[in-house]
Amino acid sequence: MGLLRHAARVAWKDLRIELRSREIVYTMVFFGALLVVIYSFAFPNDARAIRGSVPGMLWVSLAFTGTIGLGRAFDRERENDTMRALLLAPVPRLAVFLGKALATTALVLTVAVVCTPLLALFLQAPLFAHPVPLILVVVLGAVGIAVIGSVFAATLLKVRSRDVLLPVILYPLLVPLFVAGTSCTAALVAEIPNFDAAWYWIQFLGIYDAAFLVLSIWVFESLVIE
Amino acid sequence: MNKFAVPLFATLAAVGIAVSVYLVFFVAPLEYSYNEAGTFNGSSLFFNQKIFYFHVGHAFWLFGAVFVSGLSSIGFLSTRDPRWDDVASASTDVAVAFGAVVLLTGSIWGKAAWDVWWQWEPRLTMSLLLWLVLVGYVLVRKFAGPSADRIAAGMAIFGMVGVPFIYKMVGQSSHPAAGSQGVVATLPPGERGSFWISVASFLCWYLALVISRVQSTRAERELRELRERGLDLGVLQ
Repeated sequence: MGLLRHAARVAWKDLRIELRSREIVYTMVFFGALLVVIYSFAFPNDARAIRGSVPGMLWVSLAFTGTIGLGRAFDRERENDTMRALLLAPVPRLAVFLGKALATTALVLTVAVVCTPLLALFLQAPLFAHPVPLILVVVLGAVGIAVIGSVFAATLLKVRSRDVLLPVILYPLLVPLFVAGTSCTAALVAEIPNFDAAWYWIQFLGIYDAAFLVLSIWVFESLVIE
Repeated sequence: MNKFAVPLFATLAAVGIAVSVYLVFFVAPLEYSYNEAGTFNGSSLFFNQKIFYFHVGHAFWLFGAVFVSGLSSIGFLSTRDPRWDDVASASTDVAVAFGAVVLLTGSIWGKAAWDVWWQWEPRLTMSLLLWLVLVGYVLVRKFAGPSADRIAAGMAIFGMVGVPFIYKMVGQSSHPAAGSQGVVATLPPGERGSFWISVASFLCWYLALVISRVQSTRAERELRELRERGLDLGVLQ
């Protein structure tokens, strides 16, 4: 399993840079927390309304912070043109992609770990009524955002308007993921939780992630090589 | 593709659209519906139903174009032959226009049928989401600089793979869905002929637009290459 070892090494490299500077984590988490504060003023603050809107708040936070984190994580590779070095490294390019996606997943999950309790705290939302399926769906969502995001963030590296174009590309493609994520979360926080619906959306997300992971593995190399 | 393709399809489309306008307005029956008691149903669409022939005719080729762009983008990424890319980009450009028609006529239909300008009806939602992918593609092509062709090709492929997920999602989504299932699926026999003729003429129209777009991109590239060669040789200033 050389491939996975190489991928883990690329991911660990990214995470180690991050652990030393903590730039992306701090800014992403702070941005996520700010979003939660804005939500608490922007939406009606009664228990019924919160139940309806908290799934959307959670997934919008993940979408926004995810794009910011992705852009910044790949900017690092651009600053010293290290992306070229990575692609020239004597490891399969697939490993580079998997490593990048893995590191991004970790970043998005960090935000989720902070934002979800904050949402539950500030808005008295019953997010942790059923923690296991919630964790499952958030992890699957983070994987999907990271996989598709890494492909396009890597191809956009040399484009001047990449900060604007990344969401322009990502959000239309990620709509099924967000709808599945919000629907699943909504089914879990409802007054009478609907586990059948939640399970349906978790399966949907699993298949979605698997399909796009295979597609990304297949397309990544021909997209990043000039 | 020879030079007769565009005039041929354009003529076919012109004749076909004229014929289908005639069929739609003079031959196809008005839409009446009766409720169980046999009395007249207040929600009948009458004349408004006519827009259906134009709406679905465009919608067919909006969906078709997503697959044309996706498949030719696969061709482009695996061969790096710019001719594939021309087809993908031309087809997407045309599909954005077709999608705009679909959404506009769809919301006119919605106003007549459900008395709201926009309804999260499954097929309308699906058209909107596909249209957003296509608009994103066009924006990327325009603003992503020299590597736009690759990035856009990736987006077209991802968009094509996303279609079954969008399809599955709109059927199951917790968004408000209208009880309009089967408006399109159950056609009375009197309307079927006009319907397929309108679909076929919009196919010809789509083909004429795409082929002429491909030819103009190709001519642009040839001109650019010739100019570069001329500059290299010192013939041009």
